[in-house]
Amino acid sequence: MLPAVNYLIVPDKGDPYLEGHKCDVCGAIFLGERTVCSKCFARDKISKVKLSNTGTLYSYSIVYRSFPGIDVPYISALVDLDNGGTVKGNLINVEPDPENVDFGMKVKVVYGDALGRKDKDGNSYMSYFFEPA
Amino acid sequence: MSDVYVLGVDMIKFGRFPDRTVPNIGAEAALMALDDAGLTIKDMQAMYCGNLGQANAMVGQRILQEIGQTGIPVVNCANACATGATAFREAWMSIKAGMYDVVLAVGVEQMGKGLLGGAGGGDGIPKEGLLGSGTMPCVFAEAGMEHSSKYGTTFEQFAKISVKNHHHSTLNPKAMYQIETPLDDVMNAEMISYPNTKLMCSVNVDGSAAAVLVSEKKAKELGMQRAIKVRASALASDPYTDRDLVMPDVNACTRIAAKDAYEQAGLGAEDVSLVELHDCFATAEMLHYENLGLCKDGEAGMMIDEGHVELGGKIPVNVSGGLLSKGHPLGATGIANIYEVCSHLRGEAGKRQVEGAKIGMTHVIGLGTACAIHILEKP
Repeated sequence: MLPAVNYLIVPDKGDPYLEGHKCDVCGAIFLGERTVCSKCFARDKISKVKLSNTGTLYSYSIVYRSFPGIDVPYISALVDLDNGGTVKGNLINVEPDPENVDFGMKVKVVYGDALGRKDKDGNSYMSYFFEPA
Repeated sequence: MSDVYVLGVDMIKFGRFPDRTVPNIGAEAALMALDDAGLTIKDMQAMYCGNLGQANAMVGQRILQEIGQTGIPVVNCANACATGATAFREAWMSIKAGMYDVVLAVGVEQMGKGLLGGAGGGDGIPKEGLLGSGTMPCVFAEAGMEHSSKYGTTFEQFAKISVKNHHHSTLNPKAMYQIETPLDDVMNAEMISYPNTKLMCSVNVDGSAAAVLVSEKKAKELGMQRAIKVRASALASDPYTDRDLVMPDVNACTRIAAKDAYEQAGLGAEDVSLVELHDCFATAEMLHYENLGLCKDGEAGMMIDEGHVELGGKIPVNVSGGLLSKGHPLGATGIANIYEVCSHLRGEAGKRQVEGAKIGMTHVIGLGTACAIHILEKP
């Protein structure tokens, strides 16, 4: 399966993982390739790092109205990964009700089919999700 | 450098005008602002035009094709929801620079209906609903929930902001809606993206607003009775913050612009009589009480609970009805809120007049990110 985003790596062998691009000078972590750090302006000091599969919930919203064809409600979540980097995604396996979602809750990153979505050539994609740890 | 004054300013009543063109809607406000200044298009030395939806289609020139083609320089600006304020600021800067004495700034937008943002595009498969949501109601809900996480801000407190702004709009004949929305109505309206219900989202409308800016020399020559002095014009982009790439940071950008604006004016938040700020969603307004220094960090919920931000309160916010009820035509909003503040400083705001208003502040923020703040004064 193809990765849904360029910071999701799906190796031929082994488990998928999220990849960050880290500035060797200041430690800022970015998603997606780049050559210049927008925090400290260093050039050509960016290295690939494997991001953690665990983190904590920083903020979220429960989405009830989206574009046609998209299943609602769902939880749109911002997760601070352990060891750095923040990623956004769906928080799954939690009833979408504020009562059940706690700031700072521990989550893990899980990988799976991109909700059955296919591109115009019929290719399937792999994506990532968060679920309570 | 010359001080800069707003000599004429006006906005059309916001609404939906599907049968009109963008330049036609913009031309109406331009003529109103010229009339307010007692000047004609022949007096204008330059024009700055803000529009987002047709940013590549020479809207400024097409407005002049409707109201008078004099050959003056025209610059078309696009800067997300800070578009109108950016056009105003470019006009201000051109006078500051000593290039011109009389300049026209116009902001105009014709909006579709429905959700903004998040539609995606790019290669592969759509990401909306797969990797969270990029819709504006969700993005600003997430920003509001960050505040909830830090300070315990509640759904009800966010909802009260919408009650307040809808109430204010009942006093503004130029607002899209003049309808009271009690707290139960706001909280029980269709949930769009928790905690933003439909009544906590700004209204997509068509609209335009325009201003005639003049140098001090010209203001004195033409009469200062209704002139409003621009004490500060600040524009900031988003600085690096840790989560900025996945969570647009509307706070850091606003704080940079606010600091700059207060320094330019030599004033503090305690000097401000009223504020028109960017309530694109109820959750957003809450953040900006703190970002603009109207209260200390963590006190925003108290500001709405105690009524400090209502008409008649300590620092009335969005007495026009705000984007939530007056409406939010993206490119026009930044000049429309300058019109609102000028109306109060001139003592011409009718039933919603903030009594004794001397200093007013306007604030807009466009994701991506651009924040523009102006401080205006009745000389």
